[in-house]
Amino acid sequence: MSLLSKPWIWSWSAAALTFALTIGLTSGRGAGELAYAALSFGAFAAIVGLGQMLVITLGPGNVDLSIPATMTLAATLALKVMASMPGTAMLGLAIALMVGLGAGIANYALIYLLRLPPIIATLAASLIYQSLAIWSNRGLRIKPPQELADFATGRLFSVPIVAWVGFGLAVVVWIMLERSVWGRWLLATGQNMRAARLAGVPVEFVRASTYLTVGVCAGLAGYLLASFSGGAALNMGAEYLLMSIAVVVIGGSSIAGGNSNVPGVWGASLFMFLVISMLNSYGAAAGVKNVLTGTIVIAIVIAASTRKARI
Amino acid sequence: MSALSRYRILLPVVSLAVLLAATFWMQPRAMSYFGLNLLFNLAVPIALATIAQMMIIMVNDIDLSLGAFVSLVACITATYLLDTPALGLAMLLTLILAYAALGALIHALELPAIVVTLGMSFVWGGLALFILPSPGGASPDWLRTLMTVKPPLAPMAVVASILIAIVTHLLIIRSGIGTVLRGVGGNARSVARAGWSVLKLKAFAYGLAGLFGVLAGMALVGLTTSADANIALRYTLLSIAGVILGGGEFVGGKVSPTGAVIGALTLTLAASFLSFLRLSPDWQIGAQGAILILVLTARLIFSRKAGDT
Repeated sequence: MSLLSKPWIWSWSAAALTFALTIGLTSGRGAGELAYAALSFGAFAAIVGLGQMLVITLGPGNVDLSIPATMTLAATLALKVMASMPGTAMLGLAIALMVGLGAGIANYALIYLLRLPPIIATLAASLIYQSLAIWSNRGLRIKPPQELADFATGRLFSVPIVAWVGFGLAVVVWIMLERSVWGRWLLATGQNMRAARLAGVPVEFVRASTYLTVGVCAGLAGYLLASFSGGAALNMGAEYLLMSIAVVVIGGSSIAGGNSNVPGVWGASLFMFLVISMLNSYGAAAGVKNVLTGTIVIAIVIAASTRKARI
Repeated sequence: MSALSRYRILLPVVSLAVLLAATFWMQPRAMSYFGLNLLFNLAVPIALATIAQMMIIMVNDIDLSLGAFVSLVACITATYLLDTPALGLAMLLTLILAYAALGALIHALELPAIVVTLGMSFVWGGLALFILPSPGGASPDWLRTLMTVKPPLAPMAVVASILIAIVTHLLIIRSGIGTVLRGVGGNARSVARAGWSVLKLKAFAYGLAGLFGVLAGMALVGLTTSADANIALRYTLLSIAGVILGGGEFVGGKVSPTGAVIGALTLTLAASFLSFLRLSPDWQIGAQGAILILVLTARLIFSRKAGDT
């Protein structure tokens, strides 16, 4: 297989091109800062994007719309428990992951027990998570413990630590997908659930574990984002709904499920951040920026669909 | 089949009746012309938006941009339609055509509607921000008069909801074109084999959604008398919830316009009911989610029973 036929090459090339265009505008100044910001914010998008990718791989109709609410709830509760005290970072992480896991269990319980379409189940559940977050937050902005804030904004070998976390997660997800039985089960379920069930794949176990995983990913992303940006805000997850779905599609995974692409998610996450920062550096107003972001996402979806049609 | 179709409309009616009875029990003074008017004040735009969403769900897609679209319409209504009616009207017509074109595009290229509409929500939201960067504008007088008219016997919101239900019922359930449109959701291939152009039908369904979305935005401005770019963002969720509460299904073209209007009324009433309960505003959103889950649980039990007999 040649390099050009790999689906992830497109998102990485687009990211590189956008990076070059932005740097070209400032004639090379600020390249380091831009790369740092892109890797940091790209990491948050990639973490939730990887989770969303697993869910979308499950097949048509599977999508988690509760990611923003789960992120907010996990971050809010974790910061509340840590109460800015030093030495509580691991406790906060555990809380955030547990909240994510709990949200995943609740989502799957609704899907399985009530036979709800995942869109409605995660939508209805996200309203409840949102209320829980509002109730526990009370409009306060609690700072993360200092050492956690240093960790989240720090660098290791001049690459942001959150990006390492994102890369690590991507490697784990890749191994799970490509080298484990569970990954084969997931792909089989996404390609044809009925056939997979008849072939002896524990379909419900696969679905349950996937919805739990996306919850944990959202919890982790919320925890890191809140530590990175100095506190949890009620709208902190809002942009990650479009982002999580967009990076999956742009990254070359099939929206119809049964086919996923881990490196593409990372490339697409970098691309999405770089596009927004490029529009910022061209001085675009908020309205124009939104219109262009939406148009670019749709244009890429169209390009991806026509490319598939030709092959 | 008859039992199934009967329970499909029965459940939304029962949910609304139960909620209405509970509200009257909590607050007997609501049982009046004036009280009903307050309870259902915002029902008309929500009902129209729910019908718009139903048009999309009818052809097996889902629209995650509806809230942003209604907000954009509200912004245009409160500015251009007020100052330069001809230009405003042209813009609104263009929006309806844009919706129809979107439907054609999604069908022709087999795009995932959920991603395209999510992207469009940014486009609509950006345009709204562009037109009205800060909250403001005003409602055209005729619109204000229309939305605050006081018909005899029942308040405006109730009369308008019944009217919307009748018109859309005739259009979607009774008319020939409505049956074909539902057929697109049921089995697009057999509709195509029967000689219809699915592309045109899907564009028509999306166009209808655009039309009802425009009406929803105009009705909203008539009630609130001003607009801002985020005024109707929650309509995306409300409209999907309303369609499902009203007995609609995500696939198969199984939708009920009457049910959708009742679903929208139930959601509107739920908000009023929760404030009567003196529930902290923190829980308002969550309670709507809980009500949605509750009704869907009831529906599951109903359909299990129907399946047993």
